[in-house]
Amino acid sequence: MEIVDSKLLAKQAYIGARTLRTEDPALLKGQGQFVDDIKLYNILHACVLRSPHAHAKILSIDTREALRLAGVHAVYLHKDLPASAQKRLPLNTPNAAITLVMTQEILASSEVCYVGEPVAFVVADSRYIAEDACALIDVDYDILQATSDCADALKDNAPLTHSTAKNNLIAKLPLSYGDIDRAFAPSSIVVKDVFSQNRGSAHPMETRGYVAEFHKATSQLTVWSAGQAPHLEKKTLIDMLDWDPEKIRIIMNDVGGGFGPKAIFYPEEALVAIAAWNLNRPVKWIEDRREHFLSGSQEREQYWNIALALTHEGKIMGIKLQMIHDNGAYLQWGVILPYIGVTTTPGPYVVPAMDVDLKMVFTNKGPTSPVRGAGRPQAVFAMERILDKAAQMLSMDRARIREINFVQPEQMPYNVGFIYRDGKAMIYDSGDYPQCQQLALDKANYESFPKRKEKARTEGRHIGIGIANFVEGTGLGPFEGATVRIQQNGRVTILTAAAAQGQGHKTTFMQICADQLGIDLDLIDVIAADTNAISMGIGTFACRITVTTGNSVYLAAQNVRDKVYSLAAFLLQCETSDLEMSNGLVNVKGEPKRSKTFSDLARVSQGIPGFSFPKGVTNGLEDTQYFLPSQAAYCNGTAVVELEVDMGTGQIQILNYVMGHDSGKLINPLIVDGQVQGAVAHGIGNATLEWMRYDEQGQPITTNFGEYLLPASHDVPRVSVVHLETPSPLNPLGVKGAGEGGTIPAAAAIISAIENALDDAEIFLKDTPMTPQRLFDILRKNKSSTHH
Amino acid sequence: MDNIHIKVSVNHRTYERDVDSRCTLGDFLRHDLGLTGTHYGCEHGVCGACTVLLDTKSVRSCLLLAVQANGKKITTVEGLAHKDGTLSVLQQAFTECHALQCGFCTPGMLTTLTELLAENPSPTEAQVKSAISGNLCRCTGYQPIVDATILAASRLRGPLSPSPQ
Repeated sequence: MEIVDSKLLAKQAYIGARTLRTEDPALLKGQGQFVDDIKLYNILHACVLRSPHAHAKILSIDTREALRLAGVHAVYLHKDLPASAQKRLPLNTPNAAITLVMTQEILASSEVCYVGEPVAFVVADSRYIAEDACALIDVDYDILQATSDCADALKDNAPLTHSTAKNNLIAKLPLSYGDIDRAFAPSSIVVKDVFSQNRGSAHPMETRGYVAEFHKATSQLTVWSAGQAPHLEKKTLIDMLDWDPEKIRIIMNDVGGGFGPKAIFYPEEALVAIAAWNLNRPVKWIEDRREHFLSGSQEREQYWNIALALTHEGKIMGIKLQMIHDNGAYLQWGVILPYIGVTTTPGPYVVPAMDVDLKMVFTNKGPTSPVRGAGRPQAVFAMERILDKAAQMLSMDRARIREINFVQPEQMPYNVGFIYRDGKAMIYDSGDYPQCQQLALDKANYESFPKRKEKARTEGRHIGIGIANFVEGTGLGPFEGATVRIQQNGRVTILTAAAAQGQGHKTTFMQICADQLGIDLDLIDVIAADTNAISMGIGTFACRITVTTGNSVYLAAQNVRDKVYSLAAFLLQCETSDLEMSNGLVNVKGEPKRSKTFSDLARVSQGIPGFSFPKGVTNGLEDTQYFLPSQAAYCNGTAVVELEVDMGTGQIQILNYVMGHDSGKLINPLIVDGQVQGAVAHGIGNATLEWMRYDEQGQPITTNFGEYLLPASHDVPRVSVVHLETPSPLNPLGVKGAGEGGTIPAAAAIISAIENALDDAEIFLKDTPMTPQRLFDILRKNKSSTHH
Repeated sequence: MDNIHIKVSVNHRTYERDVDSRCTLGDFLRHDLGLTGTHYGCEHGVCGACTVLLDTKSVRSCLLLAVQANGKKITTVEGLAHKDGTLSVLQQAFTECHALQCGFCTPGMLTTLTELLAENPSPTEAQVKSAISGNLCRCTGYQPIVDATILAASRLRGPLSPSPQ
């Protein structure tokens, strides 16, 4: 596909401008429409009874008392569901390497495999009554041995996560390229260690939730969801309900944050739909925060056993990696999450050979799926930490060892060596990694840091600096579509199924469209996140919407512009080259009165009953495009963090946080800056606070915001963002994704900085989160070992 | 359940309702009065999304019962804009500083900061951070909210007022 804007007709009024978001006024006035804000006539409310055990057989369930409670309309168990919904959820992303497929049931039939697994669904007049009724259901369980730690779950004689399986191994993926034996020749220096990252959760401030309404007269089913992927949800619901695909609609109005876990299909969506259909009344289920801790998807628990081979000059020769991924109890995204992780390992560096042994393991804990960063923070943590260790061993500066290993801009497009998860060679399309790191270092005054450190030490303060780089595949295919339509009232509508959870997509799409049609934003409406808006779609994740939908809007708007010109030229009896267009008016250049409005043209294009169009005139001023990216567009960045460690408490204070960031062409820098600042905050949580803990029997022990700490206002500094704009050659707008870059290198950079602050203590930090308590314990242990 | 008669003023409008004694203030505002701008993010008093002003003090509407608000004046996010529907100074500063993304925590931020600006017209960055230290935001990384508050404070003080610090 030839992908250049050969016409270059667009005036660049909005693209690249810090345009204020059109989403804001309603949200600021409390007029948003989140899923729990939807009120329908006769609506009922639901509550889910969940397993209190990590692993148990269900012996019996007695619902009689719950059904007797006034205001209860129904209690559903597995056996009450339609046959199609008694099947396990489909696996949307199959892979031949998966030897043990186990997806979740809508309601557990005979065995529960994590704390929080849905067992019964109660529908009542109010949520208060539904919760009362749940407490009246009596379930008799036979408690089974549970798996908790994923490395332990691989051992011989480990308990079984699923009692019907032979073991806990889901998939074993050997991935390799290059000559690994040569890389690890006796002349090489080898640095190795084992790193771990713990579980966290995305915790959007709005929990999950669904409202379903069945329209009996037409057999239509409408579901409002606080989700990320309307068409993916629709496809699963069609299968689970055995429903007519043309009679089901998923709408996502305002959604209060997503960050990954809302991109998957959850049992509650099917339950709400089944109940609405069965009871012929609208049904709402809104998750509470404790349920989100138990059953919202989580991420990041992995072990990385990495060995790095280098020359004596510090040039990387190769990497051997054994990685164990804790999948939790059920498969949701196939092998995608750990696959992204291991293929992120080389990052911006030339790594001539890699040998990977990846094992995915079931445990009796909540299921995992991508959370902002999606496996990459773990890879960057392992790679950047082992580079720090190598630098120390070789007495090299940490920036220098990175510098001499960068893929150079003139090597682009650069073939990493891996086959990526789409089955194609993993090829970086563009980027200037050396410049990105240099700009970040300059902004952070890296050169003069030793002086600051020395001065701080004389004052008894411990400050440190850390660096981490990343490369992220964004804008993944297959597609996301958009229709641009000029309406009979002269307004322009953009229609897409792409769903936003706070990213300001509507404003971004409007900016792209406005420039193509020479109009202001107030002439544009956007209908998004609605499966009725466009026939196909995937969803919002993997930093893909500006690349996919953004380019679809761009191409469709240009085609509409061509239609406007050709229809106007026909009606005004001139050549298209004689015309100009602005503010919804097309006129002959120099003759402002010889003109047609968008409204005039749209009405003509809609036709007059019985009249055929003249030759060359086509119906409708609209166009639909599905931009099909040929592969990922790779964004990259560098985090440089300077911080102070309180030796008495283990508390850290970030003094300066710099993010060099290259996500290609920026459509709206205001929004991109916000994405980076917010993503860094998420990374600070991963690095220093957030720890979803389970005990050895898989019992979660952090299930509220007192036990599990999110970063609060005092934990997040102002992030200085340095943008590079290396356009991607793979899409006409030259854009790359920007939603996750801030999160990905955060833990690596922060923990490197902590270690650097403590460098006279000779400790090497290998785990996240590095909570104050954990750091305090390490410091105390270190102190006692040096004293005795 | 026992129903209790209450009378409250919300955003200068008086409402009288019979409410279930266990109904929280937030549920009452959202579901009985249809004022859905107040959001529930955690229902255990930590996230601050449900913050409203009771008389002039910020409270967590998930931790108060509706009956406890009997006879009180309540201000929710719906009551913050100017009467003609244009954005308040603080709301306008929020959009200019990109201080909201998904907008879910925003109502609680706005009510909390409205209280702050009423008590302290010249807050420092540290004071703003303290004021919102009980309000969680997962999108913005907080700094734009701090910037918006400082901007709003300076506009509210007027051009001739001294700046803080």
